[in-house]
Amino acid sequence: MALTQTDRALVLALWKKMSTNVGVYTTEALERTFVAFPSTKAYFPHLDLSPGSSQVKVHGQKVAEALTLAAHHLDDLPGSLSALSDLHAHKLGVDPANFQFFSHCLLVTLARHYPGDFSPKMHASLDRFLGLVTSALVSKYR
Amino acid sequence: MVHFTAEEKAAITSIWDKVDLEKAGGETLGRLLIVYPWTQRFFEKFGNLSPPQAIMGNPRIRAHGKKVLTSLGLAVQNMDNLKETFAHLSELHCDKLHVDPENFKLLGNMLVIVLSSHLGKEFTAEVQAAWQKLVAAVANALSLKYH
Repeated sequence: MALTQTDRALVLALWKKMSTNVGVYTTEALERTFVAFPSTKAYFPHLDLSPGSSQVKVHGQKVAEALTLAAHHLDDLPGSLSALSDLHAHKLGVDPANFQFFSHCLLVTLARHYPGDFSPKMHASLDRFLGLVTSALVSKYR
Repeated sequence: MVHFTAEEKAAITSIWDKVDLEKAGGETLGRLLIVYPWTQRFFEKFGNLSPPQAIMGNPRIRAHGKKVLTSLGLAVQNMDNLKETFAHLSELHCDKLHVDPENFKLLGNMLVIVLSSHLGKEFTAEVQAAWQKLVAAVANALSLKYH
């Protein structure tokens, strides 16, 4: 699986539109993940996960920065996400299924906030992008 | 057996009343075929599936999407009895249609995304959670008769 030129253009267009609000949406996606897929909370016993938690916002912002970095380094995702891959593999040990729960909730969030932009093509491009980010993140697992 | 709380049932039924089965069904199935193109393997007889715009405009896809959502309506009415409700459909999907149950999960998640894009603010995290529970339970019920 690789991103076509169309995929890249669509992903970057949405990122441009979201501008400085990427963190708002990744935070909402995290909140949705914790509510809809409660098993994911197992990785965050050290955080206050109640609705509106500022700690979740902080984490959401970290995720936003990583995704924005990824969106601007589509030619070298494994390289640009290498440090994060090490972290998730060797320190955090997050089961890969959980990235899919989060990716799905991010799509739900973006569909809800940008319904007019969320064409099937955009949807497919975002899904592929998030799939590649996930692959890069788990690439060092074993 | 899955148990739905009163709140979950209310979240599900309140949304369901607003769903246009043909529109949402067509969109859900169409997006499934576009985002996960390997699912097109089940619909080769449906005519034009390329390019993506053809899928969204294909009347047979719309009609089939409506059929699928109508069955999901059965789930909404029988949340306490999904196993029996979907026994026959499970046999059909295994014995006649040969559909990998993994596809039911993909379709369920696709429906959740479509509902989110149509309902906006109303599709809160709690409402989404109730719907994730329902689609997972339906996917499971549909796989029970597989052998």
